[in-house]
Amino acid sequence: MTDLTKLTLAEARDGLAKGDFTSRELTQQHLAAMEKGRELNSFIVETTDIALDMADKADEMIKAGRGTGMTGIPIAVKDLFCTRDIHSCAASHILDGFKPKYESTVTANLWQDGAVMLGKTNMDEFAMGSSNETSYYGPVNNPWRATKQDGRLSENNYVPGGSSGGSVAAVAGHLALAATGSDTGGSIRQPAAFTGLVGLKPTYGRCSRWGMIAFASSLDQAGPITKTVRDAAIMMESMASYDDKDSTSVNRNVPNYEHALTGDIRGMKIGIPKEYRMDGMPQEIEKLWQQGIEWMKAAGAEIIDISLPHTKYALPTYYIVAPAEASSNLARYDGVKYGLRVEGNGLSGMYKNTRAAGFGDEVKRRILIGTYVLSAGYYDAYYLKAQKIRTLIAQDFAKAYEKVDVILTPTAPSPAFAMGEKSNDPIAMYLNDIFTVPASLAGLPAISVPAGLSADALPLGLQLIGRAFDEETMLRAAHVLEHAADYTAQPKIWWGEK
Amino acid sequence: MSVDKKTVAKIADLARIAVREDELDPLAAELNNILGWIEQLSEVNTDGVAPMTSVVEVALPWREDKVTDGGYRDEILANAPDSAHGFFTVPKVIE
Repeated sequence: MTDLTKLTLAEARDGLAKGDFTSRELTQQHLAAMEKGRELNSFIVETTDIALDMADKADEMIKAGRGTGMTGIPIAVKDLFCTRDIHSCAASHILDGFKPKYESTVTANLWQDGAVMLGKTNMDEFAMGSSNETSYYGPVNNPWRATKQDGRLSENNYVPGGSSGGSVAAVAGHLALAATGSDTGGSIRQPAAFTGLVGLKPTYGRCSRWGMIAFASSLDQAGPITKTVRDAAIMMESMASYDDKDSTSVNRNVPNYEHALTGDIRGMKIGIPKEYRMDGMPQEIEKLWQQGIEWMKAAGAEIIDISLPHTKYALPTYYIVAPAEASSNLARYDGVKYGLRVEGNGLSGMYKNTRAAGFGDEVKRRILIGTYVLSAGYYDAYYLKAQKIRTLIAQDFAKAYEKVDVILTPTAPSPAFAMGEKSNDPIAMYLNDIFTVPASLAGLPAISVPAGLSADALPLGLQLIGRAFDEETMLRAAHVLEHAADYTAQPKIWWGEK
Repeated sequence: MSVDKKTVAKIADLARIAVREDELDPLAAELNNILGWIEQLSEVNTDGVAPMTSVVEVALPWREDKVTDGGYRDEILANAPDSAHGFFTVPKVIE
């Protein structure tokens, strides 16, 4: 039988509809790939029996003519989505043993459409990280490794990016056809860029946050991680919905995003923000960006230089807002309702010991920063100041969108780096998100598209940022960019072959 | 603005995270490194700028004031590290 794990989601959907293969066959091949790919450490939990059961139900749906774009598609789910009676711990020790008694709205939508769950994927603890090295379950290995000058593959492990590192490793390694991710400051887009995948963060409010383990509630959004732009469009349609259980979810019709992929961007106005041309940006990133501009121009788009003056303040603003919200959200982990409990001197001692043992270093660091910037005497200087600058950043974008339809930038300032290279320098790690954070702060949709390879043959991505709730125009541009880049590179398999 | 050992101990106490005495100095250095970097925001003129309250301009929905959820005590207690008689338990807080 042919290797079904190499299909795109759209190809698998069409093959299932035609009866070329069943969801059970498709799922079994992915389960076998997962077993072989355990060295990647992309899955925390494999839900084999559930997957086969869901596949059989999907096959019945297809047979009865009730199939949707996601029916029978085996996907991986980031551990931050609550899945009923299944391990959901956001890769944190403090949620040890937590099996929620409810299902997140996003995953419920996917199961309703007949998608098949392969398992829960590894991630940075509570989505705090850009390299997937902060997980309680150990780091995730990028399926990609640098190619040395002599043409051989490096023996070092590379980071997959983060926080959705397990999700991207699973899809890039062909262990899953697609995966759910979540993006607070770049956690879908940066890892997608590091692994040669498409990562889509929709407009804030497009997906329900209900049942997603919260990090920074004013920024968190769910989105798909896929092999192609078309796959992202198909999966996005299933994930998005209005949900009265999330007061920030927005009551708007979910369009058929795949219909937006017309291949025609003639006359589309694409903005190039000069502030994204950072000092010290690697030449190859600059070159790829320039190439992207040329591709869009060749496809008939109009290129317009724009200015987003507050760009350089986005990252420090984010590192006030996100830790502040995290310190509040993570107050719920107290050893009483779920997860870990470590006894101590009285109630307060129990709280303190539980949280000292349950949170990792990066999570503690952010809780402490967040507590500090919200504390009496500092609130105005830090938190209020940051929220004002956030307004200015959003206004920069609003002004730009008077002139342009989408904005084109690099996704990340570098390709994937070697494991351990940045783990001792928090600020160097934070800088990974320099190009992704501004859109997060403004709540705008953004997508990373694989566009080329670095000098040592690691994937590089370009980012498109769209108008609020105009994912369609952004996807149309992304689809054209994807075709122009004609990116076909695949990681050389180094895992599972001992 | 920079934090000293005493301030770190205070915010760790507010955040209910036990921190050992020998961890305080390294933590203060780490936090100061981050706070020093954040300091650049002070150069931005924010006079007359309204702080952001929501990225999406929509009115929050209203709903009827009635109970729409509940009635599953056992499910809520199912993940508790310890429970008794249908309640969560905590260490004794009354002397």
